Amino acid sequence: MKILSQLRSPAVRDSLGIGVAVGAAGLAFGTAAVAAGLSPAQSVFLSLFMFTGASQFALVGVIAGGGNLVAGALGALLLGARNTLYGLRLADVLGWRGVRRALAAHGVIDETTAVTLVQPDRESARTAFVTTYVVLGTFWVASTLVGALATERVSDVGAFGLDAVGPAIFLGLLWPRLRDEGGRTRLTALLGAGIALTTTPFLPPGVPVLLAAAAGLIALFGPEPGHARPAERRPDAAEERNEEVGS
Amino acid sequence: MTLWIALIATAAGCYLLKYAGMAAPRRLLDNPWLRRFAVAVPVALLAALITVEALRGEGQALAWDTARMAGVGAAVLALMLRAPFLVVVVAAAATTAALRALGL
Repeated sequence: MKILSQLRSPAVRDSLGIGVAVGAAGLAFGTAAVAAGLSPAQSVFLSLFMFTGASQFALVGVIAGGGNLVAGALGALLLGARNTLYGLRLADVLGWRGVRRALAAHGVIDETTAVTLVQPDRESARTAFVTTYVVLGTFWVASTLVGALATERVSDVGAFGLDAVGPAIFLGLLWPRLRDEGGRTRLTALLGAGIALTTTPFLPPGVPVLLAAAAGLIALFGPEPGHARPAERRPDAAEERNEEVGS
Repeated sequence: MTLWIALIATAAGCYLLKYAGMAAPRRLLDNPWLRRFAVAVPVALLAALITVEALRGEGQALAWDTARMAGVGAAVLALMLRAPFLVVVVAAAATTAALRALGL
């Protein structure tokens, strides 16, 4: 009976929904990774251990373009740096130490953070975090394997439109922030795209994307945006969550 | 082998970035400059990735591929209609594949 009542709790319901939906996107990652030249084992390795979608896609994107591995790794790490910020905020909310904290750290990504930070108390925050982490992680790894094995049998990646999958995924991740945040976010995106576009013909693949990080510097100018960042401020938690899912 | 090393190193780095946040002193969050830059960087990187991947040509060259761009357009449309993530991705691939099948 305890399980039944837990299944009805909002923390678990939200976590299951997001976990299944986002986890299934591993299908696209497996596809993109094998199309880039990775083996299915390498694709699954990334989903299991790197476990942060945007970084994984960025890395295989550079490999697909025949780019420098160091540039690809740096790009993935730069994108992964936002998880540090999430970790800072989750540490207080979850209140774990030692081994538990070390294990939980692996699960710090956009979606687990978004679901966890909107919970009203520590107990539901922990439930939400663990449920999202386990469900999303399982689906993510399994669907990566399926996508990788299926793509291995496809001879012409272009015929299935798989080259449009990468941009579509990044658009999906970026969209909520473009929609919900102010003009400065759009300006940052525009500048980042411009930097990458103008430097691509002259620099090795991967490097233009790294340079585009400089566009983030314009966030340092002008007034501080009115967002309540710390998780303690609850009233606008719903809005904050909306924004986090896509970042 | 080089590829494996790169994958393992990057995966380890990504984990350490997550762990650093969980274990770091709280007051780091109080630094507004750090916070603002860290929040803005993914926007710049994602926009750059979209551009580079949508316009990828041979080697370093940029190229316009009508079928691929139509797929990206379909993704935008799906996002405007607030479609779920997976629908967005499938719409992009299906549009591009359909146009290629038609000979574009």
